[in-house]
Amino acid sequence: MFEISGLSAHYGEAAALHDVSLTVGRGEVVTLVGRNGAGKTTLLRCAMGLHRDSVGAITFDGARVEQLSPDRRAKAGIGWVPDDRGIYSTLTVFENLTLPPVVSKEAWSLDRIFEAFPALRNRRSSMGTQLSGGEQQMLAIARVLRSGAKLLLLDEPSEGLAPVIVQQIGHIIREAKASGTSILLVEQNVKFAATVADRHYILAEGRVVESLDNSEFQRREGELLVHLGL
Amino acid sequence: MDAFIQYTAQGLAAGGFYALAALGLAVIFGALNVVNFAHGAFYMLGAVLTAVLLDVAGINFWVALVLVPVILFGFGIIIERLLVQWLLGLDNLYSFLLTFGISLVLVDVIKIRYGVSGLPYGQPPGLEGLIRIGAVQLPVYQVFVFVFSVLVCLGVWLLLAKTRVGVIVRAATEEPERARALGINVGLWVTPVFGFGVALAGIAGVLAAPFRAITATMGSSFIIILFAIVVIGGLGSILGSVVAGFLVGLVEAYGQGYASTFSQIIIFVLMAVVILVRPAGLFGRKESA
Repeated sequence: MFEISGLSAHYGEAAALHDVSLTVGRGEVVTLVGRNGAGKTTLLRCAMGLHRDSVGAITFDGARVEQLSPDRRAKAGIGWVPDDRGIYSTLTVFENLTLPPVVSKEAWSLDRIFEAFPALRNRRSSMGTQLSGGEQQMLAIARVLRSGAKLLLLDEPSEGLAPVIVQQIGHIIREAKASGTSILLVEQNVKFAATVADRHYILAEGRVVESLDNSEFQRREGELLVHLGL
Repeated sequence: MDAFIQYTAQGLAAGGFYALAALGLAVIFGALNVVNFAHGAFYMLGAVLTAVLLDVAGINFWVALVLVPVILFGFGIIIERLLVQWLLGLDNLYSFLLTFGISLVLVDVIKIRYGVSGLPYGQPPGLEGLIRIGAVQLPVYQVFVFVFSVLVCLGVWLLLAKTRVGVIVRAATEEPERARALGINVGLWVTPVFGFGVALAGIAGVLAAPFRAITATMGSSFIIILFAIVVIGGLGSILGSVVAGFLVGLVEAYGQGYASTFSQIIIFVLMAVVILVRPAGLFGRKESA
């Protein structure tokens, strides 16, 4: 349902991605694993239409989207959770949550959101950045689920969070997957990636160097950890 | 003591239209990252239009108070679509120079059409005379300007704080790229916000018409004071622009009352002190990296 093919991206003279191709099926969780600077975040920004200096075909839900503006892609059903979570400090938790327009029938109702993220219910009138890091991450994920995004682009959601919060995020990812949502997950936490994903792409220096299913990924975990320097 | 109350009333009335105009400047800066040098000229247009509408069409103050902001809203939209939008992606020095140019053109057009001597404007119907508050008598109009501008500021605050439009404008102001990635067509909101800021300058102009000299150049000194207000309040801060607007109105009135020799520089001394103590302004946030 989501396919990138032949994607290259530059920052000025420097190439960040070389001829990257990948696919994410419906209800599938796919991770992008790689060192810092491998191009993972750039790839998500290209998918969202936020990185201008790129070429390549991006197909989503049967339609080409690489020419669309970021807001049109969001309305088509691509939901981005940036690495800094992107919570607005001038908006309350509730305003942050309801900022994106609802774009599909799969949108989670507020009741379902508050059931899955109980911490947000009690803090709905707090300003967004008064939340803890973990709560902000929950809010960023809840925000795209509430909008009904059919593909989630999650940029290192587990980074810097306590193990119990990471477990909760894993639980949410599995619940979203179970209801048919596709997820492209950027991760450096290999153990966490193995608990939620169906397949993995290993990214190094802007290229996909390997594509593994989860059983193979788990079998070679030790080797990959050394290889990636993670 | 009576003198003090009178200066206070004068200061709060002047502060009222400073606050309205500064609010417009802050809204435009926040949403477009444009330092609108033409704001003083839009204020002048508001006042001139008020006088001309009465002279030509017999339209009174109360109707002008509604009509002039609507006209300036439309004018602001045309200016944004025609000129300002092309420079939005660039360093804001470019839009600053553009709006400086716009203000020069507007001032000269009004000069050519109406000359440099002031246009006459009487007291608005229903707001003539004096009102007795305790032991002092104050012009009814001054009290009206203060109350009206506080209400408009409150209205703008409610709009920004409590409505869907306000949420979108705040999000687009804080992080436009992120708002786009969340499905908000930021470009769609930029034009009406510019028009809205211009309309606020227009309201300030209407309010100024009955007690300031209405001339083509009335906005030129006004814009300098507005920039001082915005620096004192904190660039882009909505609350800061309103508070600093009233503060500067008061300081100016006390200056004229008690130290008229220094009344012109006293505002800028205040500005210098604020910059030294709080470089980001009273309500400004530090520049994020």
